[in-house]
Amino acid sequence: MSDSPAAVESRDLALRHHFATQEQQRRAASLGMWLFLSTEIMFFGGMFCAYLIYRRLYYTEFAAGSRSLDVTLGAVNTAVLICSSLTVALGVRAAQMGKRKLLVVLMLLTLVFGVAFLGIKGVEWNSKFKEHHVPGTSFHFEQTALDGKPIDPQHIQLYFSLYFAMTGMHALHMIIGVGMFLYLTYHSWKGRYGPEYFTPVENGGLYWHFVDIVWIYLFPLLYLIDLKK
Amino acid sequence: MSEHILSSKLYYGIWIALLVLTATTVGVAHIELGPWNVVVALAIASLKAVLVVLFFMHVKYTSEKMTKVIIVSAIFWLLILLALSLSDYATRLWS
Repeated sequence: MSDSPAAVESRDLALRHHFATQEQQRRAASLGMWLFLSTEIMFFGGMFCAYLIYRRLYYTEFAAGSRSLDVTLGAVNTAVLICSSLTVALGVRAAQMGKRKLLVVLMLLTLVFGVAFLGIKGVEWNSKFKEHHVPGTSFHFEQTALDGKPIDPQHIQLYFSLYFAMTGMHALHMIIGVGMFLYLTYHSWKGRYGPEYFTPVENGGLYWHFVDIVWIYLFPLLYLIDLKK
Repeated sequence: MSEHILSSKLYYGIWIALLVLTATTVGVAHIELGPWNVVVALAIASLKAVLVVLFFMHVKYTSEKMTKVIIVSAIFWLLILLALSLSDYATRLWS
């Protein structure tokens, strides 16, 4: 057999010609993913910064707004995302070991958890719409004082604006993640991933874990501001 | 060829730790700690984030030093954003 370029290429279909080895290619892809995630940290960081500034200025309103959320649903959703992160981590492991069926099952479980999270989030948003807690012309907040301090309706709208912006951007990331994992599930089923090539599973996993971390911070900051008494 | 494969027991252990920490943060939120409530909540959230990054995202086991450089600089830049903005708002006389 001649060592013509075509023959070399057919030996390792997944290896791009500008990389020397699979390992180098995999590391470059992973590093690129981390670089992307660092820009995501800054993207969410801007919203967290706005949140911290206004929480400091209008603490009473933020506490009242936080109390109007359903802590149980928020905690359940946190647990759901943690479970999905487990199935993703186990999925990457299954891909590394070349266990195709296990990988497909774990990808499907991740999708179930991801969709469950979005469903619960949808229920929460729906009740906020019904209660007129969505900032805008129809906004209405029944409570007028908290612990003897008056509640300014303008300031409490800031809390809900940040609530919808932050959980909304997070939900958008979840929707993109679900799309990504549909793709990964299909190609896992086709048997594309194994010990020598699992970069898409690994990088999809990094993205999923990142979105989980954003929620890990959103949950205490939005739901648990003031639960005492 | 690939990075070494971690035991599934480790992943289950981290999973349980994350669930316990979630329950803890909800529990602590019901206790009156004054200004320390938010500190404890953020400390628990950060501990959870560190567990996810180190184990689920394999950063503890990667030999790629550049990954760690990217993570540390991203956190550093985020802290510049938060610290400088908040110190400005905290020290000026905003009416």
